[in-house]
Amino acid sequence: MHELSIIHSIIETASSELARRGNRHQIEEITLKIGELAGIETDSIIFLWSAAVERTPLENAVLNIEHIPGKARCTECQQEFQIAQFYDPCPKCQSHFIEILAGEELQIASLILEDTANPESKMPGPALASTHSR
Amino acid sequence: MTAPEPSKTLVELERDILDKNNRLAERNRGFFEARDILALNLVSSPGSGKTALLERTLTDIGGKINFAVIEGDQQTSRDAERIAAAGSAVVQINTGKGCHLEASMVHDAIRQLQPEGNSVVMIENVGNLVCPSLFDLGESKRVVVISITEGEDKPIKYPDMFRSADLCVINKIDLLPYLKFDLNALRDYALQVNPKLEFLEVSATVGTGMEAWYQWIQQARPSA
Repeated sequence: MHELSIIHSIIETASSELARRGNRHQIEEITLKIGELAGIETDSIIFLWSAAVERTPLENAVLNIEHIPGKARCTECQQEFQIAQFYDPCPKCQSHFIEILAGEELQIASLILEDTANPESKMPGPALASTHSR
Repeated sequence: MTAPEPSKTLVELERDILDKNNRLAERNRGFFEARDILALNLVSSPGSGKTALLERTLTDIGGKINFAVIEGDQQTSRDAERIAAAGSAVVQINTGKGCHLEASMVHDAIRQLQPEGNSVVMIENVGNLVCPSLFDLGESKRVVVISITEGEDKPIKYPDMFRSADLCVINKIDLLPYLKFDLNALRDYALQVNPKLEFLEVSATVGTGMEAWYQWIQQARPSA
């Protein structure tokens, strides 16, 4: 069940991002990108998520998962094609010598943070420049 | 995802989830390269014979090559005791509930072991064909061990592991006369997943094919 280690890495990365910004935000949403060839069961992530993030900064965050379909290029005939398994051959020449173009992603794509330290920023009107992106 | 309200900040991290492990793995790799060490990550299902392969290797060529061994298991130090009895420096890592080794564990183990320059570090991963495939340890080569008491179709059932391996050691080859095992089918399945995979057939208990394994190790060493 390596999905639990994966969630722990996500918590660690999200926490250090909060710390880098002075621990004054809460995480409202987190979006992960998981490729279909990444070796991760999305269902396991979802199943384990709520228990794993309890009492962490991700406890109340909405979890979004973006699936990235597998895409490969045949290194023999250059054909590009959709791939569901690593052992899918090139549909044109049947070769197994392929280069994976997409589908191996395992990323934290983005976070949406809410500033908790500055109540004014929650007021209607122009946002204060109290937060910044990299 | 909708655009955040003004009081909220969208942080486009685009960060690899395994980033920390991968960076630590690269540090391990740098350490190995600087000392001309060959580091092998041995992976397989439980019971394929990784420890037996190691024991035989240490007994046969431990006098010629300096070995250091990192043993990963969920519980016990039984494998480390077997390796120590075969005369090698060894560190046991117990992962507890963990199903795989991570780069940080290998990093700590190397600090304890202090492997010498020009040596061979054998990392025996937890017996599991799924989880260890995702975790780079900083090894020079990944070796997947499969025994012929398992199914020929394991490579397509567990494609991630076979895809990430450099060498496939087919163990327990001495049992071939007693089993209905199709070696060609195994190779075909494995090559579908990883056309660059190399193969060796061995019996760690009887000794068949071990010479070719030792040659492979010699040739893979940075000093070769």
